[in-house]
Amino acid sequence: MKTRNILLPAATAGILALTLSACGGGGGGSTSGGGGGDAASQGLDGRGPITYVQGKDNSNVVRPLIEKWNAAHPNEKVTFKEQTDQADQQHDDLVQHFQAKDAGYDVASVDVVWTAEFAAKGWLQPLKDKMALDTSEMLKPTVTAASYKGTLYAAPESSDGGILYYRKDLVPTPPKTWDEMMSMCSIAKSKNIGCYSGQFKKYEGLTVNASEAINSAGGAVLDADGKPNLLTAEAKAGMANLTKAYADGSIPKEAITFQEEESRQAFQDGKLLFLRNWPYVYNLATTEGSSKVKDVLGMTALPGKTGPGASSLGGHSAGISVYSKNKATALDFLKFLTSEENQKFFATQGSLAPVLGKLYDDKELVAKLPYLPVLKTSIENAVPRPVSPFYPAVTKAIQENAYSAIKGEKTVDAALSDMQKSIESASAGQ
Amino acid sequence: MATEVGPTSVKAPASGGAPIHHAPKGVGEDNRIATQGRWAAWLLAPTIIALSVVIVYPIITAIVMSFQKDAGLDPVTGLFTEGGPAGFSNYVNWIFQQCPAPGGGTVECPPGTLGSQFWSATATTFFFTIVTVSLETVLGFWMAVIMARAFKGRSLVRAAVLVPWAIPTAVTAKLWLFIFAFEGIGNKLFNTTVLWTGSEWPARWAVIIADVWKTTPFMALLILAGLQMIPAEVYEAAKVDGASAWQRFRMITLPLVKPALMVAILFRTLDALRMFDLPYILTGGANNTTTLSILVINQIRQGFNAAAALSTITFIIIFIVAFIFVRFLGANVVEQQTGAGKGKK
Repeated sequence: MKTRNILLPAATAGILALTLSACGGGGGGSTSGGGGGDAASQGLDGRGPITYVQGKDNSNVVRPLIEKWNAAHPNEKVTFKEQTDQADQQHDDLVQHFQAKDAGYDVASVDVVWTAEFAAKGWLQPLKDKMALDTSEMLKPTVTAASYKGTLYAAPESSDGGILYYRKDLVPTPPKTWDEMMSMCSIAKSKNIGCYSGQFKKYEGLTVNASEAINSAGGAVLDADGKPNLLTAEAKAGMANLTKAYADGSIPKEAITFQEEESRQAFQDGKLLFLRNWPYVYNLATTEGSSKVKDVLGMTALPGKTGPGASSLGGHSAGISVYSKNKATALDFLKFLTSEENQKFFATQGSLAPVLGKLYDDKELVAKLPYLPVLKTSIENAVPRPVSPFYPAVTKAIQENAYSAIKGEKTVDAALSDMQKSIESASAGQ
Repeated sequence: MATEVGPTSVKAPASGGAPIHHAPKGVGEDNRIATQGRWAAWLLAPTIIALSVVIVYPIITAIVMSFQKDAGLDPVTGLFTEGGPAGFSNYVNWIFQQCPAPGGGTVECPPGTLGSQFWSATATTFFFTIVTVSLETVLGFWMAVIMARAFKGRSLVRAAVLVPWAIPTAVTAKLWLFIFAFEGIGNKLFNTTVLWTGSEWPARWAVIIADVWKTTPFMALLILAGLQMIPAEVYEAAKVDGASAWQRFRMITLPLVKPALMVAILFRTLDALRMFDLPYILTGGANNTTTLSILVINQIRQGFNAAAALSTITFIIIFIVAFIFVRFLGANVVEQQTGAGKGKK
């Protein structure tokens, strides 16, 4: 019986251990600590088959492009490795393969907010000297978002920016500034609908909305050196715009449960006068049978302090792994992805915003995607979300404190000072 | 897998000891015992090896990692550099909520860092565990008593009860997310305007309701297995002696079902202490619904080594709870294993 008493907890421990191992497994390799130096100078002339890694290809854009490439390059074929459609899982998958120095992940599609982290880890091939890429035709903010410390680390592949949707039937002239928009809330009140909403649930979308508020008021989350810069009058004014609007009901109270889809639904049901969202809303709001705003959907740039506001930038860039053996092929493939012809294909087939400025004025494209002119203004004025290798900690700090401030649990001053301290602490390292 | 090791290794000494009763059989018997022992070792070897590969190795790696610093940034090159040995600093940082300060040293973690959430996450985890397991035990018991009776369509009820348990938790969470949406059926049905996922207590109740809905069937089936092992004659005898229904329940059902009940509670408690998917999807951890597991996952994205320390702490907490159950509350995992197995079928 004695043995049994000892063995039972041991057996229990066994089951529990599975929990721990599941958590610990992710980091088995321990950090590779900026060891990209050597790898970055190797394989520059290598040619041969490569692999392209990207999240789920929902609208079937990547496969036709790769087929086209493969037909033209029989000796340098590209294989498509498709990840899940969850951004977090894509991120973790890339981290695991890069950490293991996997030469099989030659080119990877990198979300704009991961670029700095991956670059600082030394996993992305700097696109300079022999590996340089011509970015002169591309929209500036997309290039900035793909750079770290002044060096380009990935080729901007697709972009995204926020758009202000409004009700044409109720708003005679769209607002240009935040104050103008707030003054129009009386219209919403008389119609008994909500005035404005973005995405204010505590998740990545809140970081997007809070940074937009701060940037549009002339502030910045991080300064040029990547240090937090939130104790400014501008940042305070930006956050205060949101908290005041939520407190006086201009932003309906349910907006703190909204992600993109919930806010789109509310707008489509005719319950909102203004909506900040991404370009994808246009198609759904104009074609879905249940949409009540089909014929009265207006679009304009996000409102700022005196003119267009500063949208947060979305989108993806294609980066080359430093561990790739065929970097010459990989670079050609990046040029292929960003060529005018294929960028147009991205736009028509997948409704992905192109990174080449001139495509926004292309008549044929604008006829198909009428939001392009507005989106161009949005992206031209866009500010990348805080570019920091500690982005996961930065976004958490913003979400946590912006959420409390909007709900009125904290003053704007306290929220900004806590944000500042949290980001400082995160970038202090350990 | 781990539980299978229990009975086999426990029985080995018992059967080994048995032949002593008919002792004087001589040398041949001793040899037989020795051979048997060797056989047992060979038969156990694959399991032990598999366990050490999938359990022992990762645990040791995680513990080693937890004593390493996370990579820091080299201010000149802007590249990450290896952190080096950390001693107990990762553990100290979590438990005393100390975060690195900009000029070196540490400060109390400002709100917005994960470090500041350790104790609140621990409290939340225990709160969820106590409330959900209590509710599930009561409801599960009630369901089990009903299912134990013979009535028309009993197998249909038993199958139907299993449906919530069979749905993957992530799907369950999405279902409840729609129900608890502001424009969702929850508010429509009761004509309310509660922000289910947007304010503290409703958010907690949302998680509790969804969890109870999902896992009560598991409780019910484990308890049902225990109920069915009680022989009918005991009840008949009690009836003949004039015991009331309440007396029969209190004096017969409860004590006899206790072993199965304790195992069911133990399993659920350990499960609930690791709760992740439901709050993660329903609320994203907002409004004080961040559990320890959510904190671990969030930390993994910010630094593996601190996350390894946190998951080791979580492991120890869960282990202590399990130990208390087994040692002091008499939950006997191994003995009841067969009963539990039947219940699942």
